Order: sequence, then structure tokens, then C-alpha cells
Amino acid sequence: MEPHQWTSGYATAGARFHLSGNRSGAIVAGVSSSPPRRVALFVTCLVDLFRPSVGFAAVKLLEDAGCIVEVPPLQVCCGQPAYNSGDRASTRAIARQVIDAFEGHPHVVAPSGSCAGMLAHHYPGLFEDDPAMKARAEHLAGRCHELTSFLVDVLGVTRVSARYDGAVTYHDSCSGLRELGVKQQPRTLLGSVHGLSLREMKTPEVCCGFGGTFCVKYPEISNAMVGEKTGDIAATGADTLLAGDLGCLMNMAGKLQREGRAVKVRHVAEVLADMGDEAPIGESR
Amino acid sequence: MQSTARNFKHNAHDALRDANLQDSLSKLKVGFSERRRQAAERLPEFEALRDRARDIKDHTLANLDFYLEEFERKVLALGGHVHWAPTAEDARRIIADLCKGAGARTIAKSKSMISEEIGLNDHLETLGIEPVETDLGEYIIQLRHEPPSHIIAPAVHLTKDQVADTFLEHHRALGFTKRLTERNDLVAEARQVLRQKFLDADVGLNGANFLVAETGSSMLVTNEGNADLSNTLPKMQIVLASIEKVIPTLEDAAVLLRVLARSATGQESSAYTTLNTGPRRAGDLDGPSQYHVVILDNGRSSVLGTRMQDMLRCIRCGACMNHCPVYGAIGGHAYGWVYPGPIGAVLTPQLIGIEEAGDLPNASTFCGRCESVCPVRIPLPGLMRHWREREFERHLTPRTVRQGLALWSFLAQRPRLYRRLTGWANRLLAVFGRADGRFRSLPLASGWTRFRDFPAPQPGGTFHTQWARQRSRTRP
Repeated sequence: MEPHQWTSGYATAGARFHLSGNRSGAIVAGVSSSPPRRVALFVTCLVDLFRPSVGFAAVKLLEDAGCIVEVPPLQVCCGQPAYNSGDRASTRAIARQVIDAFEGHPHVVAPSGSCAGMLAHHYPGLFEDDPAMKARAEHLAGRCHELTSFLVDVLGVTRVSARYDGAVTYHDSCSGLRELGVKQQPRTLLGSVHGLSLREMKTPEVCCGFGGTFCVKYPEISNAMVGEKTGDIAATGADTLLAGDLGCLMNMAGKLQREGRAVKVRHVAEVLADMGDEAPIGESR
Repeated sequence: MQSTARNFKHNAHDALRDANLQDSLSKLKVGFSERRRQAAERLPEFEALRDRARDIKDHTLANLDFYLEEFERKVLALGGHVHWAPTAEDARRIIADLCKGAGARTIAKSKSMISEEIGLNDHLETLGIEPVETDLGEYIIQLRHEPPSHIIAPAVHLTKDQVADTFLEHHRALGFTKRLTERNDLVAEARQVLRQKFLDADVGLNGANFLVAETGSSMLVTNEGNADLSNTLPKMQIVLASIEKVIPTLEDAAVLLRVLARSATGQESSAYTTLNTGPRRAGDLDGPSQYHVVILDNGRSSVLGTRMQDMLRCIRCGACMNHCPVYGAIGGHAYGWVYPGPIGAVLTPQLIGIEEAGDLPNASTFCGRCESVCPVRIPLPGLMRHWREREFERHLTPRTVRQGLALWSFLAQRPRLYRRLTGWANRLLAVFGRADGRFRSLPLASGWTRFRDFPAPQPGGTFHTQWARQRSRTRP
């Protein structure tokens, strides 16, 4: 299915932002007669701390698609560690802070399906007893997007100009897939990367066993799950593993490396932004 | 049945090292989910049927007293009896009294998870009544004195070789002295052994998939036809079901059956769908002369009207466990009680207490695959999270987790302090991890590094540090 078929409202935006490469390898918007969109980047705490290049890749992709990117300074975390541990009071406090931090930004984009899913699906339910906050949470939820989904579904981007020589396999991270419907969007964009071929796993939709605090609360079960995942990854023969969530990627990279498998692990945004020469996750060069 | 849910981690540890179990699970993980996917794809209205199934169950739960009483009225009018069992103990006593009244020595049972829930077999045995499981899987695990490990495939944890050994051990005395290796031969031998048990039984006891209020019927699906023998041959039939099994009409049953079999096994319908409507009437060729329905509450009614009510929509198809990567890794026994997998993780704490079953709702990555396949759209991760909230409120969450969480959330609510500390952590980890790009071990992170390397941060500082630096350069 072509993207414009399921984002009919954005069909014209798709035509406007149809992207093509130029000689420098950067990507530019074909026609950009419409005013640029203001986008606030929700960096996510893992990207901030462990892999800033994912954040810069997201900025590059958004700017190349004609967006003005801002990074609200008072953002930390979406609150999932507290939320999934049953600490509702802390979750509400953190959610309030995120809602405040992104007030006034017309679009909020995260290079993570998990964090975007938290904002888009779980914040409103935290404020059932507070109609004013609930309304603000719902307003944020409606403006919040996962990165590849924003590029494809909202901006109508179908191609990027990037080169990556290798066979990659793509893991569908759970929250992005099941809460936000992120499945085809990254594959659409990867299909335009020169030199890249995609080799699907047998079960790309099965959880990698990360699960936030799950992986340290139940390390043996998590290990069995990620072990099955790395077996599936290796069986594709791909030399690179991509996904859209850094937590899952760190889990799978750590297991691949412990098993001595020579699979490079990267965030999908890095490859799409033509930043495939960054050292892979867990490697020094 | 005695719970070992408290030992979940220990159970899981053992399960991960059980080669036979792992062999069985590797087949289950692919088979069930693939068959369900194909069955759903073949039926264009499958998703719409899931919505209708959910709505039927929600409507019934909102009017549960009405439909239960309606069901009772119909059963009484048919000449049957209805017994209300508030607790498991009540249900055991009612059934034991019925069996004693009938002078029963053996009872032929067909599949009933409620019978597992109330620990019926052990109770009957102490009274000198022999319960015989007639569902093949249930029969196998009864011989082995094991609980079921799956709600529709109770012996799914066993390999064919294990079944062959079990049959040889228990059937030798009956004259079956050859160890069988073919699946069909094993089934044929069990059938021969069980046929006589059906004929000898004084009471037939079965569960129910649905109790139909408008007709007073109990409805049961099987693939083996064993239920049809156990409820027509003996002179007394007992149906054992829980309160949420009631549905308004046969029309509703038709909707639920269409999603049930497809979700469970990928079949369009189960091989046998049997309706039992009262005792044998004058002119009937067969059927029981006494018909009893025992309806169990056992803590279910206390969730009516609460956020947890959704768990009562469950129609016991097993799709959540078939698609659960945690169940797929450790199997059903590790959960420690009757109901394993995601539905077990929400139901078990309700039925035996969160103090006992506290690990179950925590042992999930919230991957959401269970919810995505549930035929009645139970928000299983949401219900598990709700249990975690109850545990947190009641200070049942482990102290180390609470302390770590308290520190983290203190910092997460102070962005400037958080940023300074993460800046230091980033630099520290980046410096020490520079050579390899990762750590093989890290203090306080053994849960992670026991099995995986831990990636070091990229050099150059956190994103926010670098962003601020860049922006101040480009926009002075």
C-alpha cells in the first residue's frame, strides 16, 4: 500500500515534501512552498545518555523534511520506569512535567515507539480525576509521534537520500508496533537507502526480552528471550540489525556481542540520516 | 491445588533448564500462533467479531445477576438442579455430596479448569471416589500426577517419548506391554483404556465453555468427543462452571464460538460442540437421569464494577499464552497455579492473593502481543499494571526496587540536577568504556551483564550537552 492511501489528509503534503538526493548526500525537500512545521524533539533519556547520534539523526531527518526542530530543555524521561513499576504518583508528576515542557509545540516527535506510545496512549489515563490535566494530556497525545511514523504518515516522506552498504534486518519494537502501528514506515524509508537490502527475520514482531526493568528483574527469562531473538537475527545472514528503540537495541546488541556474533547494531534513524558511519552500538569504532 | 506461584523465579529457573520442556515449547510457539493467524486471515469479519464478542461479555457482566438467575430458572424448569458455590470449598463439598448421594465409586471427567481451580480430584480421592480424566491431555497428566501447563493443551509440556513412557508404566497392568512410538498408536491405546472407564462411571462431570441463559443449556467444545460420552453414559451429570460463563442467548454463543476456536487452535470450529439441556426426558434414547449445575464464584464477583472486571470476559482460548514470549520461554508450570500466561498473571492474584502471586503480573515485558490476539480484547498488560500498582500501594514491591525507583523519580523531577548527574555518568562510562565500546561487567548491573555486554555511551557528552553547545555556537 502506498503511504498516501492511508494518510489521505496528507496526500498533498506528501507531494510537497517528496524528497530527493543532491550531490552532497544530504536530503532536501523537492518543493517547500508551505511554511515549515515546528517540531519539538522528545530526545528520550536513553538517547540522551547513551547515544546522542540518534537524536542528531532525528534532527537531521526532520530538518531535511523542512521542519524547524526545537529541543525543550526541561525534558527528562517519559516516566515509564515508574509507570510500569506501579508508582502512579511519580508517573503523574513526571507526566505533568513533560506536558509542561512541550506546551505550545505543535508536534512532538520521539525516536522511540515506546516513549511516544507512553505520551500518546497512557498519559490521558493518568488524570481521570483531573479534567483540566486530562485535557492537556489528550492534547499532547494527539500531537505526539514516533519519528518514522511522523516522517511517512504526517509529512508524506517516502524517500531519504542515504547510502548504507549492507544487508540489514529490522526488529519491530513492541510499543511502536502495537500501540502506534509502526511497521511499514521504517521499511518504506529503508527501501530508498542506496546499497541497503532488507532481510526479514522469521519473527520480527516477537519481543526481544528488554521490557525496561523486566530485563534486570527477571534476567534469566529475559536472557532466554533475547537469545531466541539473536538466533533469529543471525539466521537472516544480515550484517546489521536496526530498530527504532534504543532500549531494545542495547539489549540485542549486548547479547549479540556476548555471543560473539559479528552483527552491527544501529538505530534506524542513523541509517536513514546517512549517519551509518557512526560506531555501532557497543563498539568503539 | 497447592500454589507454587511464590516460587516463580525458582520455577522459571528450573523450566529454562528442562530440555524436554524447551523442546515442547519450541513447537508450541510456532504452531499455535501461525494457525491462529491463518484462521483470522481467512475470516474477513474476524476483527468485527472480536468487538461483538467483547460487547456480549461486557453486557452480560453488567447484568450478571439477571442472566444467572434466568439460567437457574430455565435449568429448574427442565428438571435440573443449580447449586451456588461461593467458595472452592463449597464447590468441593457440593460435588462430594452429590457423588456420595449417587453412591459413586468412579466419576468420568471431561475438561474443566474449574475442577483444577477447586482441587477437586485430590478431594474426591480422599473420600475414596476415583476421578478419571477423559480428555487425553488431562488423562496423561493425571497419570503423572502433574497439574496442567496450558488451559487447552494441558500436557503440552510433554514430549511424545515422555507420554510413551508414562503409558507403558501405567497400562502394563492392563495388558498393554509394548512401548509405543507412534502418536496414533498412543491415542488408540488411551481410547481403549478409557472406554471401559466411561462405561464404569457412576457420575459424569464436565466443565462448560458457556452457560446459555435463554435455554438453560451448558455448552462444551472438545476435539475428542470425550465430553459426549461422559455426559450421556453415567446416570448423573454434574456441570461445573464459574459465574462469568453465563451468556444471554444461543445467538451470542454462535459469535463467541466463532472467535473461540480460531483463537485457540486456528480451527473454524472445534470437532465437537455439545449442548446439554437438562436431564433425560421421557422418550430420550439416552442421557443422565439427574442433571446438576454447580456455579462457582470464588472471588470473581468482587471485581464486578471495578477496573479489573475486564478479566471476567475471558473465554479460556489460551491465545494469550500461545503468543506470550514469557510463557514461550518457561511454560505453564512455572506460574505455579492453575492458570498460566498473561490471563493467569491477572486472574491468579485475584483468586489466591497478590501476596502469593506477586511475581506473575511483574513477569511481563508488556509487549502487548496477548492483548493484540485476545478474542474478547482483554487489556491484559493494563490489568497486570494495575496489579503492580496495588503491590506498590501496599508496599509489596521489593525494597531495593522501591528505593531505586524513589531515587530515580526524585531526579527525574529535577531536570537540572538530573542533567548534571547524567552528564557525569555519561563521561565516566564513556571514558572507561572507550577502548571496547562496552562493558562485560558493571557494578550494580549484574542482572544485565550476567548475560549480555553493556554498551558504553558514545564519547562527547549527553545529547543535551552537545545540543546546547551547538546552539550557542550557531545562535550566539
